[in-house]
Amino acid sequence: MSPFLTLKNGGSCSMSALPQCGMDEFRSASLQAVNQEQCRVSAFFALGNNCPQNTQKGECTKEVEKSLLVEILLDPQQKCLRVLSTEVCEKYPSLTAEAPAFHWFERELFEETGILPEGHPWLKPIRFADKNREPGVTDYFTMEGEAVHEVAVGPVHAGVIEPGHFRFQCMGEDVFSLEIELGYQHRGIEKMLVGGPDVRTTHILETAAGDTSVAAMLNYCGILEALCQIEVPARGVALRRIALELERIANHIGDLGALAGDVAFLPTSSFCGRIRGDFLNMTARLCGNRFGRGLVVPGGVRYELDKAGAEELLKKVQVGEKELQEALSLMFDEPTVLDRFENTGVVSTETARQIGLVGVAGRASGLAVDCRGDLSENGFVPAVEQGGDVLSRALVRRRELEASLAEVKGLLESLRGGESRSTAVLPTALPNDTLCVHLTEAWRGEICHVAITDGQGRFRRVKIVDPSFHNWFGLAMALRNQQISDFPICNKSFNLSYCGHDL
Amino acid sequence: MFDALSARLSQGYRTGAFPPAQPNLPEHFAGRPVVSKDVDVESLQPICPTGALCRDCAGASAIDTGKCIFCGKCAEVCKGISFKKEYRMGAMHREALLATDAEYHPEEQLDRGIARLYGKSFKIRQVSAGGCAACELDFNVLNTLAWDMGRFGIQAVASPRHADAILVTGPVSDNMLLALKKTYEAMPKPCLVIASGTCAISGGIYATSPQVNAPLDGILPVDLYVPGCPPHPAVLLEALLRLIAIRK
Repeated sequence: MSPFLTLKNGGSCSMSALPQCGMDEFRSASLQAVNQEQCRVSAFFALGNNCPQNTQKGECTKEVEKSLLVEILLDPQQKCLRVLSTEVCEKYPSLTAEAPAFHWFERELFEETGILPEGHPWLKPIRFADKNREPGVTDYFTMEGEAVHEVAVGPVHAGVIEPGHFRFQCMGEDVFSLEIELGYQHRGIEKMLVGGPDVRTTHILETAAGDTSVAAMLNYCGILEALCQIEVPARGVALRRIALELERIANHIGDLGALAGDVAFLPTSSFCGRIRGDFLNMTARLCGNRFGRGLVVPGGVRYELDKAGAEELLKKVQVGEKELQEALSLMFDEPTVLDRFENTGVVSTETARQIGLVGVAGRASGLAVDCRGDLSENGFVPAVEQGGDVLSRALVRRRELEASLAEVKGLLESLRGGESRSTAVLPTALPNDTLCVHLTEAWRGEICHVAITDGQGRFRRVKIVDPSFHNWFGLAMALRNQQISDFPICNKSFNLSYCGHDL
Repeated sequence: MFDALSARLSQGYRTGAFPPAQPNLPEHFAGRPVVSKDVDVESLQPICPTGALCRDCAGASAIDTGKCIFCGKCAEVCKGISFKKEYRMGAMHREALLATDAEYHPEEQLDRGIARLYGKSFKIRQVSAGGCAACELDFNVLNTLAWDMGRFGIQAVASPRHADAILVTGPVSDNMLLALKKTYEAMPKPCLVIASGTCAISGGIYATSPQVNAPLDGILPVDLYVPGCPPHPAVLLEALLRLIAIRK
């Protein structure tokens, strides 16, 4: 019999009902689920027995007392989430060697709690959250030899982007290995969320990754609504989906334009830069903010869209779509562009599966990973490409753009009257000692939030797993045996979030 | 090549008319607020996520736009507060960010000192220090042809050695403090420091985190404050143009 508890998306369980088993059983069940039953790791973290007040003050960060190791797996075959826990003291046998998808999670666990995953092949911090550690100062893979050289880039990059540190081991132009050190954007988000929900909670989650605010809020509201049994009116659901797809559209357009820019194909780069802005302005039409801040609230959406507004928006989407098609055809019909994209930065299907890629990058490597279809029986067909290269990651975005544009148009055309926000009032405290988990397919991939409440109905823990958390290692793999000059297009083709990872 | 030319013809010339025309701001745009004298800011403080409701030095009710993330929650419950379409929010002095019911004169919020030197060539090195990427993205947008800040001689550069100004976003996370200082030290002096976005000005929503070092003006001498979460491209561009005294 399976030791897992199964939950639907947004499902919750009392902490006393959380299944717990011995470490041996935990390991074998986890490995079987990930290696043989196509499950993917959505969250894997330790819950200390410490009281939340202590955590907030930053004390007792190294709890060597018994902690509870909690694991959430996404099971695409059963269309559900699987939950399991086990008790752990100072150490346990690492899962990474047998299931590399745990690699980053175990490093995070070790950094946060000091619990040692024994036998982890490359155990070092991912965020350098410890004030006594200098960011980026750690061991790196090195190579020796006459023609070997190391290239170190960042944390401050040449362009206007977030900081991160990249170490390339090269022989001539060829990259043998790339290591990515992050943590420069670490703001201590998860600690700030303890003791909530309060007036800051939504704003903190909206800015965990500031280009994914709508999806993050949808996900967080999914948790609150599930815990408090609030029903979102149909119109609210539709307006939320419009906002979510507008976010996806704007970001995918930006990424395709940036890819064009990196291979010096300027027409598409220029057009897309501008068209992306037009779609951001459509989001601003909904709520005043180009990133959708403040639009999604528990129970629905905060701003009304009148009939004239919906018609105006529909016209803008139609115009934007036409201009976008022209801009993209130029690029995808251009042999010199395709030559740069094809077979560049390949991540094979097998590697992608092993390291647990999600979202656009996962789908471009032939994995049908998309929690829009993986967590409910709705017949959703994800856009999957087989190449695993820059071209595949571009094509996935192009196909998703078509689907999202069609969806937004359909939603705007069929938008009906009624309430867009539930009149139910959020209770001051959430149900006590409860675990709730929710996933949303954001434009980069799946965001997972796990909320655990304490005896007073306040957040004891909010675990955030951004899609970038799964995918940064994929970028490192994509660079193997590539020319270092292809790094920019490989990087843009993933376009991962630093702040969403660093939290 | 002919396809590219024909696409250029059909897409047309798309650089916005701002400036000198007014920017096209969305209906729900929240700009510099007006706070009437009778607003009891103390009683409203619990609903403000960033503690932006305050009093100015004369005791008048105010919103500190250097702390405000423009969520509008206070205006929802208090009639005396309204967020206006005023987008000219950039200021050279921190106190000028306090919005009361007094008349606001953005043209006074600048200092024609060294900024004038930069004429039509102003090079900016941007440093993201704990930002959520939104400030960075909406600064990048000024490079697109929709805003085209290059037409005013403003350009983002890769090397701090080429930069006239450093534009900092984010609440200055512990892990970016050293890199930020090193970038500043590498710049030729005199140079300008721009705090762009609420996080850089005050820490914003992250002000209470023990892992951030905001406000930026406690670390570097700030010459221009640009409020917003993130600042709308029009807010930032207008502030930059006013800073370097480009006539619009």
